[in-house]
This record gives sequence, structure tokens and C-alpha cells, in this order.
Amino acid sequence: MRLATRLFAYAAPLALLAAAGQYAAAGGTYGPGASDTEIKIGNTMPYSGPASAYGAIGKADAAYFTMINEQGGINGRKVNFITRDDGYSPPKTVEQVRKLVEEDQVLFMYNTLGTPPNSAIWDYMNENKVPQLFVATGASKWNDPKGHPWTIGWQPNYRVEASIYAQYILANMPDAKIAVLYQNDDFGKDYVIGLKAGLGDKADKMIVATQSYETTDPTVDSQVVSLQGSGANVLLTAAIPKFAAQVVRKVFDIGWKPAFFMTNVSSSVSAVFKPAGLEKAVGIITAGYTKDPNDAKWKDSKELGDYLAWQQKYDADANPADNNVVYGYSATNTLVQVLKQCGDNLTRENVMKQAASIKGQVLPMLLPGVVISTSATDFAPIKQMQLAKFDGTNWVYFGPVMSGVGS
Amino acid sequence: MAGGVGISTGPAPASERIAGLSASSWRRAGLAAAILVAIALPFLIGKYHTFELTLAMIYAVALLGLNLLSGYNGQISLGHGAFYAVGAYTAAIMMQRWGVPYWATIPPAALISFAIGVLFGLPALRLEGPYLALVTLAMALATPQLLKYFDGWTGGQQGINLTKPVPPHWLGLGRDQFLYLLVLIVLIAAFWVGANLLRGRTGRALVAIRENPISASAMGIDTARYKTLAFGASAAFAGVAGAMSAIVVGFVAPEGFGLLLSLSFLVGSAVGGIATVSGALFGGLFVEYVPNIANDISDAAPGAIYGLALLMLMFAMPVGVAGYIGPRLARLARRPRASASNPPGESKQIGSIAIQEGRKP
Repeated sequence: MRLATRLFAYAAPLALLAAAGQYAAAGGTYGPGASDTEIKIGNTMPYSGPASAYGAIGKADAAYFTMINEQGGINGRKVNFITRDDGYSPPKTVEQVRKLVEEDQVLFMYNTLGTPPNSAIWDYMNENKVPQLFVATGASKWNDPKGHPWTIGWQPNYRVEASIYAQYILANMPDAKIAVLYQNDDFGKDYVIGLKAGLGDKADKMIVATQSYETTDPTVDSQVVSLQGSGANVLLTAAIPKFAAQVVRKVFDIGWKPAFFMTNVSSSVSAVFKPAGLEKAVGIITAGYTKDPNDAKWKDSKELGDYLAWQQKYDADANPADNNVVYGYSATNTLVQVLKQCGDNLTRENVMKQAASIKGQVLPMLLPGVVISTSATDFAPIKQMQLAKFDGTNWVYFGPVMSGVGS
Repeated sequence: MAGGVGISTGPAPASERIAGLSASSWRRAGLAAAILVAIALPFLIGKYHTFELTLAMIYAVALLGLNLLSGYNGQISLGHGAFYAVGAYTAAIMMQRWGVPYWATIPPAALISFAIGVLFGLPALRLEGPYLALVTLAMALATPQLLKYFDGWTGGQQGINLTKPVPPHWLGLGRDQFLYLLVLIVLIAAFWVGANLLRGRTGRALVAIRENPISASAMGIDTARYKTLAFGASAAFAGVAGAMSAIVVGFVAPEGFGLLLSLSFLVGSAVGGIATVSGALFGGLFVEYVPNIANDISDAAPGAIYGLALLMLMFAMPVGVAGYIGPRLARLARRPRASASNPPGESKQIGSIAIQEGRKP
């Protein structure tokens, strides 16, 4: 082992020198990955594996950057967007993100997808002070400027959505008796917390029954029957598509007719309502924030025209009606705004500071009235949604855009 | 690390000398050199590469367990990710809930995985070949679901974030270097245990059961006992690997332990050389690096590139890397002997263990 000690004696100072060299290079107004000509951005996506449908977001992100680069880049700098497959496996995400940060030396990570993958890199990013911008997940935990000042969400989180349902119930159904069916994890529990926060001191009186299920349960039929037995006239369902379809069918089959609120997560007509039976889903209410490209209302608008033109030119393989494509198009637009705000000061500190100072950005493919804003104490960029009712074929938006509470 | 090849080539008589040194001395020297290189590596390469190698070594430990079970004993397991998960969650729960120091979680992870492995080995006695493979496949499929079901313990879908170990100050090492060396120690220990287990009586019994269970029991080998023991020991290796992965990655969640993990273990095992000890090292490198390389070559179809690499490797080396290199190295070492006093027939017998090891079950 003496040789090992000697080797170490030679190697340690070398390693120190290398580390010192790194610090010396990182001066001026550029952080790692940024220069006069380039901004290097990292990303992980599930291009393979069970969650690969979300890969459309990463492709849309990349396609948007291609357009920006063709238009001359951001303040004269081209975006070098490096996106890697993590297969939705958290250990793989850690590996890929470390490669991007330490080897490729990206300035920051952007739009990394999924709650478990982002949870896995959460501490790493904050320990190393690398921005983790606009993570593609709806968990409320990303809005934690004090505990995790280098991580910020983008889409309305589950609590925002639930608190919007609460506002609607308070204003329109003063004698509501609410039943909640939720998935027994952070996703489902966020809805219960958001609903209670939105109802305020009325929560204890109005919520008459709650039931939870595990993703391993074969069905949720018994939970639905027991919720009906509580005499509730409002049902909020925080379930993933498979179980949401079961709830829609069971509620209809037992002849229960509550005011039915369905999480935006399970608002897909093809994945949830078609399997359950479209006629059984009529009247269900959800909340949304993006424009549906299929909605006749936007057909002749410039915004939709621009979106479709972009999609055909830069992301031709994608399905333009896929909400994931709208998502990537919109989120990347927000990021470009942040980078414009950074000007010539492209350090990690300034990127994070600018991401936390977005003042009322309006995006073409978000619903009119939805405004993106952040501050040093508010890391939940989108807090507004509009309610929509299912008419048997489409979602029909109604009422004003409402603001929710996201923490 | 390639010097580990030496472990599997079996004992050689001390009388044969190459350049004045006996074959076993050469082997020992090679092994020592490989270990020294392995110790020096984290000081020569960057943090990320150290981390990658650490993961490859962790996979190697898990693959060693799979080789023992599937290669030596002939029980095909498509579900070793489950035992890996047991180890990972044992470490994670002990560290995060009970504040147990990270190093103290490795022995319990080995014990618990061993116990679960033995329990699983009992019904496996009644299942042969493809039937056992199917049951273990079901186990791999069920693992993420089970982890989500017991969310009171496992944190469910959200997983558990772990505090990463801080290297002792007096060592003056970075965290990645420290974890690398820690895993290297466990790797050497695991290979020492594995090689000793397989070299002696137990190893011969396991191979005999694989080759012909009826004649093995006729020779007085307690097949039931050895088969369950093989399952337990194999699971223990996987569990230790899982525990180290939890410590090194700093996070566990059900998505990390799906069917793909179990399948990539089997692939790594076959690529490295399923009925060898040293093959686990090559397998570990394959499991860690080839998907990343595939991703670098094409982000559109990394799966296709991965599959192509796998097919080409298996075509070129049907018995795996170690199964290919091992006998050739042994032949190289024997060449000077041809002109020496030993008749060739005898040296063939000496090499028989290595040749047998190279066979696929």
C-alpha cells in the first residue's frame, strides 16, 4: 500500500491544481457553459421506457431553440441544447445530470421531466448551486425559494389547481358537501391540502368524506360507493388516468350525480373519458391553462397560426394537438425571456435571479388572462387557470381565469 | 481492474515458471497491479468519471451474485433487480429513518437480502428453467408496485432522499473519490468471498447440480440445500450492491428498480461471461457505459444502438468477454510449457475448470 500513498501524494496536488484552474476560468460575466457565442443548456427526458410519451416535450423544447437560433439566437448567442434520455429512472437522471453539469459544463438544467427524477437531483443541484429551471412536474414542492433556492417550477402546481376548485365551490355552491377521492401519495395529498387551503375555515364543515387508493389497488369502486354514502353533492377526484376512468364509470353507474371536479392530470378525453364512455363524463369540470389546438375558438387566431407554422417547420414529426408539444413550446418561450433578461451577465447566479423576476409574461399558447410572474419569494410561475366543462366531445371553458394559492 | 481475470482461471501448480516466476505469482502480481491502478484512478480522472466507475463497480457486485446463481448453478433469474431494491431500501430506510451511519447499513442489507433470497429459493426448487425465469420475471415486474404499496416505509412514488456521506476530514478526499474507494473495498471483498465460495467444494457442487442434478444428488450433494443457498448468496450480493447504489446516488424511488434494471443485469451477466467470476467486472462496465455511449451516438434511437452492440458482442464472444479472454490467457500462460517437461494432456486437465466455467448453462 505504500505505493498507493505515494501515488496519492503526487495526485492530490495535481487534483487541487486542476480544481483551482477551473475557478480561475469562471470569472467575468460568464458562468460555465456560456460565452460570447453560445449558451449551453442541459435537459433530461424519458425518451425511452414507460413515460416516453412525455419525450414530445423535450423534442418541442429543442425545436423551439432551433427556431430561436435561426433567428439569430438570444442577444447574439446561439443556444446549445443538450437533451439526454433518463428513461424516467431516477438513478439514471442523477448520472445524466452529473454528466451534463460536470462534463458538458452546461450553464443550467432546464425542463427536466418528472417528479421522481427531479427529486433525485434536487439536492445535487442546490448543493452545487446550478439552476434547475422550470421543472416539468406539477408537485408543489418546487416552490421552496428558502430551502431550495436553485429550483423553480413552471406549470400550475396541484395545490394551485385544487384551490381554484375551492374558490369556485365557495362562490357557487354555499351548501356544498364535498367528497374527495385521492391517490395516496404526494400528488393526491397536494389536492387535499390545496382544497383545504382554498376553503379556509369552511373546510372542516364542507369536506364530509375523503377516501384514498393505492396505485396497486385493482379498482376504486368501493371507495366511490362509500363516498356516495356520505351524502356528498360535490366530488373532487385526484387520480391518474386509469383510476379516473373507473371513477367516471362507477359514479355514473350507481346513479350518483355530484358536481364532479376532475384533476387536470386526468383531463384527456381519449385516455380517460373514451374508455369510461363519453356520455358518462358529460358535465365534469376541470381546470386548464393551455390552449387546445383543436378548439375551434382559436382556429383563425395569429397565435395558433404561428404555433402550427413553427410545429410544421421545426417539429414536423410531432402531433400538433398533443398538449405536450404546446407545453414545450410555451415553457421554452418563458426560458428565452429569462435569458433575454440576463443580457450579457450569464452567470448561474444571474440566471436564477432573472428566473425569479419574470414580470407578467403573456404566452401565445396559454389561455388569455394567464400571466407568468415570479419573485424572490414566489417560485410558482403559473398560478392561474380557467375552469372547463365537458360537453360530451370537448372541453368548454367558462367563467373567468382564476388565481390559486401555490404553497 | 482487468487483472481480476486471474481469479477465475483456477489454481495452477507452482512448479511452472514463466520468466522465473510461477504462474500463480504472475497472477498475484497482475491482481496487485490492477488493484493499485484501481486505487489510483479516482485521482487521475474527473469527478464524473469517478462516479461512473463507482456505479460500474456496484453493478459488478450485483452481477457477481447473478453469475453465481444463473451461471454456476443454472437457475436463471430475470428478477435480480428486486434483491437490488431490497438492499437499496434497507440502506435508505435505516439511514433516513433511524439515523444509522451509511457504512453500518451494508451488513444488514446483505443479511435481509440473503433471507429474502433463501425464502424465494424454496419455491424455486420446484421450478425448472423457463418456469423459474417466468416467476422471477413476475418478481421484477412487481417490485416497483410493491415499493409503492408499502409507502409508509418506502416513501411511495416520491422515494427517499438521502444525505450523502461526508468523507472523514483527515482523509482529504473528495466525496466521489471517497465513495469510489469505499465501493472498491466492498468490490474486492465481494470478489474475494465469491471466488473462494466458487473455487472450492461449494462451487463444484453448484456446477454439478447445473450439469446434472440427478447425478449430483447421487454423488451425495444435497441439491435442495445448495440451490437455496445459491439463491440466498446471490441475493445477498445484489442487496449489497443495491445498498451501495442508494448511498452513492443519494436517492431511491420505485422507478429506479423496474423490469429494465433486472433485464440489464442479465444482459450484463451474459456479456461479461455468465459462468465466470471476473465476467461480472466486464458486465458492470457494459451495463454502465454502453447505454450512455448509445445515447451519445444517437439520441433518436439509443435502444437500437444498444441492441446492436449487444448482438455484435454476443456474436463475437458467445460465452462473454471473460469466457473469451480467460481460456486464451490461460493458453498464453501455458505456451512456454509446451517445450517443458509437462505433457500437454496434464495441462489440459488443469485448465478444465476454466474451460468449464466458460460454458453457458
